[in-house]
Amino acid sequence: MNHVPAAIKTAKARLVVIGNGMAGMRTVEEILSRNPDKYDITVFGAEPRVNYNRIMLSPLLSGEKGFDEIVINTPEWYSENNIHLYSGDPVVSIDRNRKVVISKSGTETEYDRLLLATGSDPIIIPVPGHKLNGVVTFRDVDDVDTMLGAAAKGGPAVVIGGGLLGLEAAVGLQARGMNVTVLHLAGHVMERQLDPSAGYLLAQELERRGIKVITAADTGEIVGTENVTGVRLKDGTMIPADLVVMAVGIRPNGRLATDAGLTVERGIVVDDVMTTSDPAVFAVGECVQHRGQCYGLVAPLFEMAKSCADHLVEIETLGYAGSVTSTKLKVTGVDVFSAGDFSGGGDTEEIVFRDAGRGVYKRIVLEDGKIKGAVLYGDTSDGGWYFQLMKDGQDVTELRDTLAFGQAFAGGAAGNPLDAVAALPDDAEICGCNGICKGSIVSAITEKGLTTLDEVKGHTKASASCGSCSGLVENLLAATLGGDYQVAAVKPICTCTEHDHDSVRRLIVAKKLKSMPAVMQELEWASSDGCHVCRPALNYYLLAAWPNEYVDHGASRFINERVHANIQKDGTYSVIPRMWGGLTNPRELRAIADVADKFEIPTVKVTGGQRIDLLGVKKEDLPGVWADLNAAGMVSGHAYGKSLRTVKSCVGQEWCRFGTQMSLSMAVELEKMTWGSWMPHKFKMAVSGCPRNCAEATIKDFGVVATDGGWDLHVGGNGGIHVKATELLCKVTTDEEVMEYCGAFIQLYREEARYLERTAPWIERVGLKHVQDQMVDDAANRKALFDRFKVSQQKAQIDPWAERASQGVDAHEFTPLPMVAAE
Amino acid sequence: MTDILSWIDVGPVANIPRQGARTLQTETDRIAIFRTLDDQVYALLDRCPHKQGPLAQGIVHGHFVTCPLHNMVFSLETGEAQGPDDGCAAKVECKIVNGTVRVGLTELQAGLRHAG
Repeated sequence: MNHVPAAIKTAKARLVVIGNGMAGMRTVEEILSRNPDKYDITVFGAEPRVNYNRIMLSPLLSGEKGFDEIVINTPEWYSENNIHLYSGDPVVSIDRNRKVVISKSGTETEYDRLLLATGSDPIIIPVPGHKLNGVVTFRDVDDVDTMLGAAAKGGPAVVIGGGLLGLEAAVGLQARGMNVTVLHLAGHVMERQLDPSAGYLLAQELERRGIKVITAADTGEIVGTENVTGVRLKDGTMIPADLVVMAVGIRPNGRLATDAGLTVERGIVVDDVMTTSDPAVFAVGECVQHRGQCYGLVAPLFEMAKSCADHLVEIETLGYAGSVTSTKLKVTGVDVFSAGDFSGGGDTEEIVFRDAGRGVYKRIVLEDGKIKGAVLYGDTSDGGWYFQLMKDGQDVTELRDTLAFGQAFAGGAAGNPLDAVAALPDDAEICGCNGICKGSIVSAITEKGLTTLDEVKGHTKASASCGSCSGLVENLLAATLGGDYQVAAVKPICTCTEHDHDSVRRLIVAKKLKSMPAVMQELEWASSDGCHVCRPALNYYLLAAWPNEYVDHGASRFINERVHANIQKDGTYSVIPRMWGGLTNPRELRAIADVADKFEIPTVKVTGGQRIDLLGVKKEDLPGVWADLNAAGMVSGHAYGKSLRTVKSCVGQEWCRFGTQMSLSMAVELEKMTWGSWMPHKFKMAVSGCPRNCAEATIKDFGVVATDGGWDLHVGGNGGIHVKATELLCKVTTDEEVMEYCGAFIQLYREEARYLERTAPWIERVGLKHVQDQMVDDAANRKALFDRFKVSQQKAQIDPWAERASQGVDAHEFTPLPMVAAE
Repeated sequence: MTDILSWIDVGPVANIPRQGARTLQTETDRIAIFRTLDDQVYALLDRCPHKQGPLAQGIVHGHFVTCPLHNMVFSLETGEAQGPDDGCAAKVECKIVNGTVRVGLTELQAGLRHAG
């Protein structure tokens, strides 16, 4: 190329820009708009093309735009503005003493002012196989070309990284006909921009589009010999892939600056007018670090460009003060918005608005009456408004009541649900399941004189299916009948929700809700992650409804169930190994004695349920205690759980001269069948070998008492504050029947009782007859209940002690944090 | 605020489970370090003002923890008991620096570690 050195051509100051991207060119544009004659400008770009809008790579990939449509500055623009452009000839070094930059082709160009706009590099995870053919990043037009080449052949693709860029890549590839799986290390997608609730909705939408999302996925290896054939996760899962896109993040590109001896930390360090540690050298864009922050979004780059241009043309400037950023996912048909700090904390309060029907979630975080951050999903039309209010620091106290409804409602009357439902047109659909609109419900109420929700259900079928519109129907009743209508008192689980236990249970099954975020979104929870009252209940309901799918959520369990021991008043724990039917032997007793000696356990006591309790165990010692008990063949006694506790027994016909049945072996068999089962509350059983009932079976949840001809089955008793004797469920003759009735009864209790409701109050509430109808008179239903119980037991009967003592499960629970270093 | 003598590095945030806590034993106290769902970290002395309950063993929800002994709820941000309950759990300074959790100890808490 015939290059005339800038110094010879003109006496103007020479500005050299390294980087032909969005930040560099925006700064040049800002300079030109302020003073087009100030500088003689030379631009070096690494890519062999004019500059383009990098944030439009996603539409380019999906095919919604072509390259011409994303070009920002045409070749003509460069020549019209007398800019020398070296595209495809990157600068390889800077000589600050001579004020010269040297390009790859060897061209030396002198500068008076140098602007670094070297952008950022995609992060490559150095797993085995990352250099195979078919492994790409998603950073420039060449990457898009590679991806389009692969997509033309169809087949499977894996995107590593479920952040903004990764998801855009995934959607683009899906649109191009590939079968896409997204692997994401964190617990939910876009965790830096979205909270778990919005992340849940987004993942659902992606799955609906056919994109598989695997969270908590740790990539172990990219597999293939020359070309990539798949990705193997650290847990061994293998996912086939012809194309792997790494979109795990970006890193400021400060190599040239580092080599030139400028101050570079995470990025090139700049002040408020974008000056680096050399007053003749400036930097803008993703390569910089300003007030400790690095940015990967476009808005801050533009703000930097303005301040930098002001300074370079010597206009008085306040300088760049850092950016408050907002993000939007650029995927057609998916509306996601987040801005500011939405983590909560400090003196913040949150406004949460959920509309499960429309798939809308809004969370606005306020501090001192001002918006601090916002996350919107499904309806982002007011994102810009919130963002403006936030940037302006405007006091929104006056708007607070209707803030979640958006700008259109701002300043209007405070939202009243009755006014809202009264304002609905007659053809507004109220019950989606049965397609019932407002007009039909109102006319049924007035013409037929309906006064209760149940009557409306009966006459119109509105809210008779899933029931999620029952609140709306009640509001309609109230609006139509005026003061005559009293909304039935529902006792919500806690202040996080308006639903009671029964409706939550019903809706979990009806709506197939299979995770905690799913329940909280679809049932419009008022808090972001529930509380200590609702979370353990939801965890149980989900576990009971989906035994094969739901993954138990330890953080939602009370400490005893989380660490499988009972916390005591001094913070130590008690450990009770299982003794089947209360039966033990010298080997087990020796092991217990040895454990008590070895771990200096201060108290050993026999419990009311015929077990041995080791009291005063330090938390750190629990795995050691369990390992020793496991070695002697003992497993967790679940004396800490809302679960099967003990099966107490007498010595029965095996030893007792009055015994009529083998109560010991029956107790052992029952305990072997039922141990490990999670229930709404603790559950105790006993087996007595004759009507003298030495095992006190008639104050148990399920009591078995032998008679001459078989067994009497008793249910719904308990000791405790309100002693309650059992009621007789039925009489059976064979041992097999005892087992089946026991399993069926437990399952009915597991499916129908409210969390923390023992069998006694449950049966008082539903009536013994209901229980008998379900499982004594209806043999088919009894069998179905028993079958479901057996299914749930397959996953439940894993000794939690062994998992923790020898398999390292939840190791963090049992070791304090180390002091790594002090300063 | 009490004078902080030293900031103790206790390892990466990832070592504390979300909606959970770990403890740190100092010469004089046990400190509970909490990580919330939104990845904030907070620290309180690991004993509630009511009956010295080990707060690290409680259920973490929002920016609160529920004491495992008697279900009193404390703000992780201020240590204040919520609702009708009175009392305040002692707050300990805690922050994340480059992904690492640091706990600010007073002279008393750091104790012999620095004397010895």
